[in-house]
Amino acid sequence: MLTRPPYDVVVVGAGVVGAACAYYATLAGLSVAVVDRGPVAGGTTGAGEGNLLVSDKEPGPELDLALLSTRLWGELAAEPGAAFGGEAGRGTGGGFGERIEYEAKGGLVVASGEPGMAALRAFAEGQRAAGVEAVEIAGERLYELEPHLAPGPAGGVHYPQDAQVQPALAAAHLLRAARSAGAELRLGETVTAVRTRPDGSVLGVTTDRGQIDVPAVVNAAGTWGGELARLAGVALPVLPRRGFVLVTEPLPRIVRHKVYAADYVADVASGSAALQTSAVVEGTPAGPVLIGASRERVGFDRTLSVEVLRRLAVQAAALFPVLAEVAVQRAYRGFRPYLPDHLPAIGADARLPGLYHACGHEGAGIGLAPATGLLISRQLTGKQPELDLSPFRADRFARS
Amino acid sequence: MPTSPSDHPNRPEAGERAVSEVYDLAVVGAGPAGLAAAVTAAGLGLRCALLDAGPRPGGQYYRHPAPGLGAVHPERLHHGWAAFAALSSRLKVHTAAGRITYLTGHQVWTAERGEIWRLHATLGPEVGAHAVVRARTVLLATGAYERQLPFPGWTLPGVVTAGGAQAMLKSGLVLPGRRVVVAGSGPLLLAAASSLVSAGATVPAVVEATSYLHYAKGLPTLAANPAKLAEGAGHGATLLRHGVRLRRSSAVVEAHGTERVTAVTVARLDRDWRPVPGSERRIACDALAVGHGLLPQIELATELGARTRETPDGSVALAVDSGMRTSLAGLWAAGETCGVGGADLALAEGELAARVIAGRPVPPALRARRERRRAFAELMAAAHRPGPAWTEWLRPDTDVCRCEEVPAARIREAVEELGAGDARTVKLLTRAGMGWCQGRMCGPAVACLSGDDRPRADSRPLACPVPLAQLAGPEPS
Repeated sequence: MLTRPPYDVVVVGAGVVGAACAYYATLAGLSVAVVDRGPVAGGTTGAGEGNLLVSDKEPGPELDLALLSTRLWGELAAEPGAAFGGEAGRGTGGGFGERIEYEAKGGLVVASGEPGMAALRAFAEGQRAAGVEAVEIAGERLYELEPHLAPGPAGGVHYPQDAQVQPALAAAHLLRAARSAGAELRLGETVTAVRTRPDGSVLGVTTDRGQIDVPAVVNAAGTWGGELARLAGVALPVLPRRGFVLVTEPLPRIVRHKVYAADYVADVASGSAALQTSAVVEGTPAGPVLIGASRERVGFDRTLSVEVLRRLAVQAAALFPVLAEVAVQRAYRGFRPYLPDHLPAIGADARLPGLYHACGHEGAGIGLAPATGLLISRQLTGKQPELDLSPFRADRFARS
Repeated sequence: MPTSPSDHPNRPEAGERAVSEVYDLAVVGAGPAGLAAAVTAAGLGLRCALLDAGPRPGGQYYRHPAPGLGAVHPERLHHGWAAFAALSSRLKVHTAAGRITYLTGHQVWTAERGEIWRLHATLGPEVGAHAVVRARTVLLATGAYERQLPFPGWTLPGVVTAGGAQAMLKSGLVLPGRRVVVAGSGPLLLAAASSLVSAGATVPAVVEATSYLHYAKGLPTLAANPAKLAEGAGHGATLLRHGVRLRRSSAVVEAHGTERVTAVTVARLDRDWRPVPGSERRIACDALAVGHGLLPQIELATELGARTRETPDGSVALAVDSGMRTSLAGLWAAGETCGVGGADLALAEGELAARVIAGRPVPPALRARRERRRAFAELMAAAHRPGPAWTEWLRPDTDVCRCEEVPAARIREAVEELGAGDARTVKLLTRAGMGWCQGRMCGPAVACLSGDDRPRADSRPLACPVPLAQLAGPEPS
């Protein structure tokens, strides 16, 4: 009578966080299915720039997560491709790092005036104490790192640990690796209910294709993580925070690092619904320069905002005047999964045994994905996680 | 397709009034639909702005020889030149009287909705070369671009699009080659071949992928459109006179050559467009004009969420009601944007839309003409829908996206091993469609290879590239 459920865990969401959860859980010996109503990387992952940043995070739980993730991305990137499914040398061959366009390019934060530089210096001081590599660069030395930078900044801080991946490739290749180790990918399948036992624990999920009995469900639904939580009968206040990215025509390498103005950190930390923009400029291996980042809470409105584009263009040209002479070839937008205190929800939900959250990473989901996946797999297998997960508890908003 | 700035050296200045005034109607596109709409609306008392990326009216259809070429009889290359001449002279009269502000060299990159719509246009690469046109209503008459299906050798010099060959003839009075194979599918092939032989080229074969048997299913529609039949018969007679052979149910499956095309391989196709093994034959040529019909250019509307419909040829067009209204308040569409159907249909729809926008009754004869032409267009579209097995003539190393040089094998890998099941995911994983043309060239092929059988509108938040300095600049006022 007792039939074993087909999987140990169902991960809902085939974005980069769901992919990392599936990858580490499979690696830990679990039988995993990934279910997504859309394609691989169809939500916020596919609209991301692929930032792996420590530079924009103040000391605290998110920085600890970012430092762990930075190490894990480096380890993943160093894996030979053959270990990740597919034959080496075929199609997008090469090692894993090459396949996902991993670049340990480093970040450069610039401060326009002396007061800004003083604040940035103090910020970097705190980060260094928490384990971040942060090197102060005097104004005139900035041009050795970025020859096309506009004249005039008071100085900056170089963060060698900042890196970049192509996020859709990162998700797809993590999923391919998980599949080659036995995970199942179920795309175009929508979860319509999370079923529970009389004792309140997870019994399984219902999808538009049928029922899946499974003792553990991982909510990696990103910006739609609140909806999935609601299906399970628990509250999680994930809200969309819209962002636009401008993509220039392909250019020779004129921007070497991930470069942004010091105000960006304040924008990230703000909870305001109003529009905030601070240019984050970076080159890509394919040639185009990416220009982010705007933040506004306008629901899921996909309409292009001319004002947002204007502000991003002004700020990008202020950092790199040479960009004023190029064409913007396209633009895209995405919706960051925003939680009110800017920390993701990671780990077992105390309100519903068997439900795990891995969502709400706002604009840092690509960067924080491996650490999130690893920590979830530790909990799923009853092992001690590398970090204290209590700051990321999903029920921390419950009483407000 | 973005028009290169060098195409319009004679662009007049936008003028102060152009940007400060709120027009009753802004028409985007000065091809048959847009011209007909603008002159009709102006005649009914509306103040109109007519924006177009090109230097002269007529769009892709009514192309002119460049003024310096001294062409004496451009009408010989055109059907319906008299209709165009009449529209042009009405445009001149309305422009002179201040009822139409005709804005050449204006490429609209986005539209903002509202009680007052705002159209943002770029006029060229210079910093200040941008404009904002404000209007209470907008008519989208942005036409269509050519559907391309890749095949081995399609990137060789000497391989041009069927429409490109027509355009070279009409505007440059030059031939793409001396011995030109015309291939693909759709009524444009006969028109292109007929123009080419009339201009002195040899056309060793017209290679049409469909069998034309579909047409037999629509006899009443055919009988109701005698003018279209006469047009087709005219092309047919020209081709017959020049001894041009029409090969039906066949396709060019490879173009050969190193420096440029020297020959093509033509194969017979089964009903799904699968090449029949052993049916290949080689035809020597020095140019190949190839096209698979046209696709509506509608991103200005779809980016705002306008409803679309799938046409019988597998393309995506704007959904409009009998008054040419889109699903967005204040936005109308006419001509190819509502489904490709040719200049006569576009003229009828432009005029009809203008009457509705002006709040005037639509003459029954006009409505009937529009409906007849639309029915004919749908019949043609059904006949020329690409068969699902055309992808079998691709080789693993055939570039599907030529901007980003993405071969078929990479796209198949993304689908089979990386979990891509639609064109957008393929694009994210391979860069196919991320280049300068923004997927206009490879979009249909990528969608087909991804296994996504529901055509959907491509996402293009910017309808064309925009100089960053113009995005950054203060709004012209």
